[in-house]
Amino acid sequence: MGRPLRRQVRAAQLTPRVTAATPGIAAAALAAAPRREDAYLRVEEVGKQFGTFVALHRVSLSVQAGEFVTFLGPSGCGKTTLLRGIAGLDPPTTGRILQEGRDITHLPPSERDFGIVFQSYALFPNLTVNANVGYGLRGAAWPRARARERVAELLGVVGLSDQGEKYPSQLSGGQQQRVALARALANEPGLLLLDEPLSALDAIVRQHLRQEIRSLQQRLGVTTIMVTHDQEEAMGVSDRIVVMSRGRIEQIGTPAEIYARPASPFVAGFIGHSSHFEAVVDSPAGMLVAGGARLPAEAARPLLDGARVACFIRPEHLRLAPPDAAPPGALKARVTGGEFLGPSCRVSLEAGALRLLAAVVPAELAALGALPGAEVAATLPPEHLMVFAEDA
Amino acid sequence: MPDAVLAAAPSRPRLSLDQQVMSWGLWLALAFLLAFLALPLGTLLLRAFETPEGGFAGLANFRTYATTPALLVAAWNSVWTAALSAVIVVPLAFGYAYALTRACIPARPLFRAVMMLPLLAPSLLPALALIYLFGNQGMLRGLLMGGSIYGPAGIVAAQVFYCFPAAALILAVALSTADARLYEAAAALRASRARIFLTVTLPGARYGLVSAFVVVFTLVVTDFGIPKVIGGQFPVLATDVYKQVVGLQDFNMGAVVGIVLLVPAVAAFLLDRWASRQRSATMSGRAVPLRPAPRAARDRPLLALCLVVAAVLVGIVGVAAWGSLIRFWPYNLSLTLDNYGFSRFDAAGWQAVWLSVRMAGLAAVLGTAIIFVVAYVLERGPQKGQLPGLGRFAATVPLAVPGLVLGLAYVLFFNHPANPLGVLYGTLAILVLNSIVHFYTVGHLTAVTAIRQLDPEFESVGASMRVPVWVTFGRVTVPMCLPAILEIAIYLFVTAMTTVSAVIFLYGPDTKPASVAMLHMDEAGQASAAAAMGVVILGITTAAKLAQLVLGALLGRATQAWRR
Repeated sequence: MGRPLRRQVRAAQLTPRVTAATPGIAAAALAAAPRREDAYLRVEEVGKQFGTFVALHRVSLSVQAGEFVTFLGPSGCGKTTLLRGIAGLDPPTTGRILQEGRDITHLPPSERDFGIVFQSYALFPNLTVNANVGYGLRGAAWPRARARERVAELLGVVGLSDQGEKYPSQLSGGQQQRVALARALANEPGLLLLDEPLSALDAIVRQHLRQEIRSLQQRLGVTTIMVTHDQEEAMGVSDRIVVMSRGRIEQIGTPAEIYARPASPFVAGFIGHSSHFEAVVDSPAGMLVAGGARLPAEAARPLLDGARVACFIRPEHLRLAPPDAAPPGALKARVTGGEFLGPSCRVSLEAGALRLLAAVVPAELAALGALPGAEVAATLPPEHLMVFAEDA
Repeated sequence: MPDAVLAAAPSRPRLSLDQQVMSWGLWLALAFLLAFLALPLGTLLLRAFETPEGGFAGLANFRTYATTPALLVAAWNSVWTAALSAVIVVPLAFGYAYALTRACIPARPLFRAVMMLPLLAPSLLPALALIYLFGNQGMLRGLLMGGSIYGPAGIVAAQVFYCFPAAALILAVALSTADARLYEAAAALRASRARIFLTVTLPGARYGLVSAFVVVFTLVVTDFGIPKVIGGQFPVLATDVYKQVVGLQDFNMGAVVGIVLLVPAVAAFLLDRWASRQRSATMSGRAVPLRPAPRAARDRPLLALCLVVAAVLVGIVGVAAWGSLIRFWPYNLSLTLDNYGFSRFDAAGWQAVWLSVRMAGLAAVLGTAIIFVVAYVLERGPQKGQLPGLGRFAATVPLAVPGLVLGLAYVLFFNHPANPLGVLYGTLAILVLNSIVHFYTVGHLTAVTAIRQLDPEFESVGASMRVPVWVTFGRVTVPMCLPAILEIAIYLFVTAMTTVSAVIFLYGPDTKPASVAMLHMDEAGQASAAAAMGVVILGITTAAKLAQLVLGALLGRATQAWRR
């Protein structure tokens, strides 16, 4: 049991970066991050082609020891292809993959060091939970007694000590998921791969289990890569997120980074909610013209006059005021609809040609009288406008 | 961490032990199908273009065929009797299957069991029973009003009996996969029952109907036993092949007729594949299964139909069984077991029965192992290149090859002086191999269906834990697929016990199967002994079917814990 302990230490050292929430520290972490040599796993220029279809375009990234990295993207973005490449289930067509400095690009899965949990769990239905977890504990290294101890230990870790004699079909979805996790960890792999591990569960179990996976991962210090299309899940558990789209990496960063400073229009639109509109850079520097309105935006300062840009703004950053108390520079907007979401309300607005979303706490909404048809004054804070030059 | 990172040697694509094992398996599978399917059929094809002296004949043999009126008449006879049989049997089978799947009738399992009865005996048995009833000394001969049962009438009647289970099975499957929501929608739109039947039920089953028609047509065209026994002077393709090869020893013309026989079978096979592709596209995965509610106006007539059909099926088998116990039909109707003393009628005697059991048993054991492993390798092995696709295609070809054609191909291939596999000729081994290949496709499809129901990641999970693929195969795949494996084994056993056409050219002096002995006894005019042999075969296959039920139930209980 020496290896997991060692990782535990490493994980502890990583914690400050993990919790980095303020942009400053996150940026420092990014700068300090992947020094090539000390990465646990390196993916270099990895590409994958199925016939004429390119599933992955020369993707590069590295994962530190003990880190929890999530591949996030819509279906068909190549995230599962990349994971299966790392697992050796579908080796890449170009590039190479190094684990602890060893080139594993073309090694068969059985010669690599990883455990995997599939979306379907792929538990063996005809074997008991004990036999499932102990499936890989065979050969000279695992005498029966030791294998039995290890299975008991793992079931204890995932909280299923009393379920060992049952068959998978007798367990709930969440329990099956934990068995799959225990089975993947049985051989003490250096790398844990999770392929959409929670997507088969209902919402409440998911939320609970993902925190459990995270705390287990931190306790064992095992380097983990998870694939998901659920951004909330990715944000909730990851040290870093790799946002992917159409076989390319859009951005790699901590959850706070990719939310606050998306690197591309895709990330801005995909992560969290945001209103999107087209604009043109105007003078003086830092001024945009969108749908007839002039908007100051800090992010537009370095851009050339006349450049076409895509703008995004998050609903929670939009500030609303009654029309008679409009702050200077506010846009006149008409309320077109409202959704009650519990802790907040999402209000849809039309300001000239701009369609905007604003998040408002219910009490404030009542004070504003922002019912459909009402007029409000909307302010788009210049520091929160996310601006991307359109490539053309 | 070591600084040797940059020095890491680049790795090359290579196969793991698992993948090597799988690709060896693939090569072995292809070698098996090549040696015992492709090469024999190729030989048959070549022989059709050879002169009797071994030179190249071009199309001369086919020209001779096309200019021999007797042969052409046989081809036409085959086609029209097959079409007529299909036209009669498909509506009957549709009614029966409809009653089983869409109506509330009692004793459904019993009706299902009775429906399978014709499959358990050689096709000669119904022909013999019809001769007992309507033959020259038949009890009900008067009903024919001067007509003769020997000829097309007898062939069609016996074929309707013999092909009924195949058609009913296909239609029962087609009718059982109905989406209840379509019926609810139609009823909500106030469609009448007749309109619902015409607009929902029939379109839903139309590919099943095509399949059933095609399968019956092929079965009739390629069946040999029935026309041999009851066909009289009425020539058909199947008996022509036999006549050319066994009677005239003209192997080249036999090959030509065999190829002619192959044409409708291949056409039917392609049509059926087209139909099944269409069918799979029409069913959505989220259909709600239809559960029929009782309705007397529908259920009673259907029950009556089922009772009549079941009575005829049981009755025909019963007549054959009774006939086998009669001392001298129809003059001395006292009962006796004399007809079961087979050594009085045929030199092989009861040896033929034991040989058949050995042959069918070996075909079941070896065939199931081969079929299942090959299906597994084709499904779960490396999918690179053309080989797996080629293997899958080859595995479906036997369905399109009539037994007579395959048997003839085996004779020509294994009896060739230059063939090192020639030692197999006349042995039990060639009978076993021929049976396995002849009935390969149905077993293959059963295995593929079972394997596809398993999670596709089982092997990946095993590999990630460094468990070799053969361990996962033994610990997970085989136990999970045991019901399918049992079904394949029993299917092979039963078909190998009852087949005549595939083995008629292949048996040797010491290896005469019971079904062939049955044919010979009938040829020798010993109809009662032939019927007795048929009853013995029926008894053995019924026992095998019952064993399947018992074993299946035991397996079910043993594995109940993990099956929901």
